Amino acid sequence: MGLLNYRFEHTNVILTSIDTLFNWARLSSLWQMQFGLACCAIEMMATSASHFDSMRFGVIPRATPRQTDVMFVAGTVTIKMAQRIKRLYDQMPEPRYVLSMGSCANCGGPYWEHGYHVLKGVDRIIPVDVYIPGCPPRPEALLEGIIKLQEKIRRESLAKKRS
Amino acid sequence: MTTEELLTILQGTFTDAIVGSKLSALQPWIQIAPNRTKEIGIFLRDEPSLQFNYLSCLSGVDYGNGMFGVVYHVNSTVLKHSIVLKVLIPRDNPHVQSVSAVWRTADWHEREAYDMFGIIFDEHPDLRRILLPDDWDGYPLRKDYQVQEFYHGIKVPY
Repeated sequence: MGLLNYRFEHTNVILTSIDTLFNWARLSSLWQMQFGLACCAIEMMATSASHFDSMRFGVIPRATPRQTDVMFVAGTVTIKMAQRIKRLYDQMPEPRYVLSMGSCANCGGPYWEHGYHVLKGVDRIIPVDVYIPGCPPRPEALLEGIIKLQEKIRRESLAKKRS
Repeated sequence: MTTEELLTILQGTFTDAIVGSKLSALQPWIQIAPNRTKEIGIFLRDEPSLQFNYLSCLSGVDYGNGMFGVVYHVNSTVLKHSIVLKVLIPRDNPHVQSVSAVWRTADWHEREAYDMFGIIFDEHPDLRRILLPDDWDGYPLRKDYQVQEFYHGIKVPY
């Protein structure tokens, strides 16, 4: 990871700050709440599969919100589904993050004007940490979103409140 | 069997229930009375020379001139022929007899037409919304539909 390398100045002693250690641990094992809703879900699955292998970043797909750190909202959020998303988000343990994937989850996408049934952006119901543009985004874009989220977590501090 | 032949058969059996037809259309259709659909459906399904055993589509239409419509595309998988039936109903009193007892497919298709247009299918076993939430306001595919501003505190328009 680079953070702990070359810090072994004495045998069995690591010099680092609590923040760095905790953040390093958290950002290296982002368990993912799968929320595949539309075509973006196909790209999300490809990201988890062997070719793109998001497990390199410690991202493990889980099927329950209670074991997860980050929710990938991948696809068109209908208003009927929005209430379920809110409920599942509330079930995730803190600290929790949300990654909005694709135009639909960001702002309603192609349904922005006439889609009476589509939520115009998942940020209307839950706070979003990273927005990934694209329709749908390539797996590389999702990986970059994960890296951006890791950078965000790396800057966090236990003492300071999350902005 | 062509629609022309089917029209002759139907007119012979249900004189007053056959309201109109257009045989020159790309898909020739026969218009029937909204309170006789079940009867005609049972005849089309059970008559050995017709055997319309498959309702492939049931659609709702808003013509925009104060009339709603329901269109039935019915096929026979045995005799390989098909028919298009139409029903016209006034917008202020949109009642059609359900054909869900004739073809089970019609159950959900009629619920969808109810969900999107507010067309009421009499004698339907379970007529409630199928896609939208139960407490949604209005019928989205009507020409004069205005989307609601908020749904349970969530802003709906962009």
